[in-house]
Amino acid sequence: MDLDALTGCLASPACLVTQTTSGFIIGMLLFLVAVGLTLIFGVLKIVNFSHGAFYMFGAYFAMTAYQVSGSFALAILCGALGTAVLGLIFERVFMSRVYGADILMQLLVCYAFVLIFDDVVRMVWGPEFKSMGMPAAFQVMPLFIAGGVVPPYYLLLIGIALAVAVILGVGLARSRIGKVIRAAAQNPAMVSALGINPGLIYGGVFALGGMLAGLAGALAAPVRSLTPGMGFSVLIESFIVTVIGGMGSILGALIGALLIGLIRSFGSLGFPLFTEGLMYLFMVIVLVTRPTGLFGKEVA
Amino acid sequence: MTELRAVQTGRSLSVPRVETRSQRSRSLDVLVALTAFVVLALLPSLFGSKALLDFVIRCSAFGLFATSLNLLVGYTGMISFGHGMFFGIGAYSFGLLMQRAGVSIPVAFVAALLITAIAAAIIGAICVRLKAIYFAFVTLAFQMLIHSTILAWASLTGGDQGLRGGIPRPVFLGVDLSNHLHLYVTSCALLVLGLLLMRQIAQSPFGYTLRMIRDNANRASFVGIDVWRAKLMVFVLAAVFASAGGIVMALFVSGAYPEFAYWTISGEGIFINMLGGVTTFLGPMVGTVLLLTLNDTVTRLTDYYGIVLGIVILFFAIGLRKGLMDFAVGWYTRRREREHC
Repeated sequence: MDLDALTGCLASPACLVTQTTSGFIIGMLLFLVAVGLTLIFGVLKIVNFSHGAFYMFGAYFAMTAYQVSGSFALAILCGALGTAVLGLIFERVFMSRVYGADILMQLLVCYAFVLIFDDVVRMVWGPEFKSMGMPAAFQVMPLFIAGGVVPPYYLLLIGIALAVAVILGVGLARSRIGKVIRAAAQNPAMVSALGINPGLIYGGVFALGGMLAGLAGALAAPVRSLTPGMGFSVLIESFIVTVIGGMGSILGALIGALLIGLIRSFGSLGFPLFTEGLMYLFMVIVLVTRPTGLFGKEVA
Repeated sequence: MTELRAVQTGRSLSVPRVETRSQRSRSLDVLVALTAFVVLALLPSLFGSKALLDFVIRCSAFGLFATSLNLLVGYTGMISFGHGMFFGIGAYSFGLLMQRAGVSIPVAFVAALLITAIAAAIIGAICVRLKAIYFAFVTLAFQMLIHSTILAWASLTGGDQGLRGGIPRPVFLGVDLSNHLHLYVTSCALLVLGLLLMRQIAQSPFGYTLRMIRDNANRASFVGIDVWRAKLMVFVLAAVFASAGGIVMALFVSGAYPEFAYWTISGEGIFINMLGGVTTFLGPMVGTVLLLTLNDTVTRLTDYYGIVLGIVILFFAIGLRKGLMDFAVGWYTRRREREHC
C-alpha cells in the first residue's frame, strides 16, 4: 500500500490530469467492449463470454490492414467491419442453436470459442507479442494541460467512444430500428408476429456488439501490445463494468466503465498490488447492495 | 389444530417406508465405495506406472472438487462461478499450517477444512440470497477478490510465486505422505470417503430439500423450509469438500499456487460437470476422468490444445446438449421403454 503516492497525486494538478486521462482511456475502451456485452444481454438474454475474442480480432485485423495499406482509417474500418461479420456468423451458426437451452450450455459454447479463437490467432499471427505502432499522424508533441501530459491520440479515442455512446443512446431511444430492437428485447414473439424476423434482429445485435468490440480492439492496437489471449482481461473487466452498471443499460455501461477506469488509474498509485482487488471489491459492494447494478432495471 | 394433526399423521405414515428404502441403498453405497477403494488400492500392484498413480491422485483432487460443485449446481440449482476459491483456500491454509505452525498432517487437514468452512459461511451469508445469474456474478467477484488478496499479501502467501519450499510431510500413524504409494492410497481413501459422504448428503432428507429448492424455491418456503439457511448450509458443505480437493492437490504438488484460486479452476469445475452430466451423482466423477484424459492426450499430441478442446466442448454443448452420464442414462431408459412396449 502506498497512500502517500495517492494523496500526493491528488494534491498535484499535473498528476491529477495525467491519471484522469489514463483512467478515461481505460474506461472508454472498456465502454466500447462492455456496451456490446450489455446490448447482447439486453436483447438476447445471453452473457457472451467470447466477447473478448472480438476485441482481440479487432486489434489483429487492424494491425494487418495497417501493415498492408498503411492507412490508419482503413485499419479501424477493417477491425470494426471484420468483427461485425464474425459476430454475425458466430451468432447465426452457433449461438442461435442454444437459445432455448440452459445458461450453462450457452456458456460452454462461448468458452469453446474463447479457446478456439485464441488458438486461431496463435496459428495465424503467432504466439509472440506484436505491436502495431502509433500512426504517423499522431506522432506529435503531447498536449500539456495544467502540467499533465495528454497525447492527442487519447483525445481521438475519447471522442470516438463518446460519439458511439451518443449515437447508440439516441438511436436506441428514437430511431425506428432502435424501437424494434427494444421491442424484441421485451417480447420477441410479438415482434415476430408483427412480421419482423427476430433472427435478423438477433444476428444484427450480435454483429453490432462484435463491431463495437472490434472497434475497441482496433483503437487499442496502437497503444497496447497484441497477444493471443489479450481479450481475456478486457472481457473480465468489461464484465465487471456491465454488472456494476446494470446488465442491459447503456448509460450504466458508460458510467461503470469510467468508474472502473478511474479505480484502475488511481488505484495503481495507492494500492499497486491490489488494483484488481479494488475492482472486485467494488463489484461485490454493488451486487450486494443493488443486485441489478447501478442503472439496471429490476428483472423478475 | 386439526390441520396440524393431519400433517403430523401424514408424516409419520410415510417416514418408515422412506427409511427402509434409504437404509438398503445406503448399505449398497457403502459396499460400492469399499469395492472401489479396494480396486484403487490394488491398482499399483497390477500396474506399477507412476504416471497412472499421478493421474488417479489428480482425479481425486478434481473429482472431490467437481462433485462438491455438483451439490450446488445439480442438486440445488445454484450456479456458482467461484467455487474454485474454496479449492484455493483449502490448499493455501493447509500449506501454511504445515509450513508455519508445524502441526501434524491430520490436525492441519481438519484445521484447513474448518478455516474454509468459516470463510464459506461468511461469503455464503452474503451471496446466497442473490438469485440465478447474480449469484454467479457475486461468487465470481469473491473468487477474484480472494485471488487478488493472495497475490497482494505476498509476505504470507508468497504472492505470484505461490507457497514455495515444499510442504513438510511428517509421518503420522505410520503413514508417510512423502512416499508416493502412501500418498496415492491416502488420496484414494479421501476421494472415496468424500464421495460417500456427499452421496449421504444428497440422499438424505436434506438432499431432497435441496432438490425441492432447485425445482421451486417459493413452494419450498411455503411448506416451511428456511430456504436461505438450507442454501447456506449446502454452500458451506460443498466448500468443505472442495477444500479437501485443494488439500489433496497441495499435497500432490507440495505447494500452493495462485492459480488454485483463479476463476479458471471454477470454470474447469463447471466444465467437468457439464461434460459428465449433472443429473447423476457420479456424473462429475466421469467428467473429471474424461477431462483429465483429454487434457493429457491432447497436450501430448498437439500445440493447439484449445482448438481440440473447443471442438469437443461444442460437440457436447450443441451435439449431445447434455453431459455424458445424462446422455447415457437417457439412452438407457429410452431403450428399456422400447423393450417394454
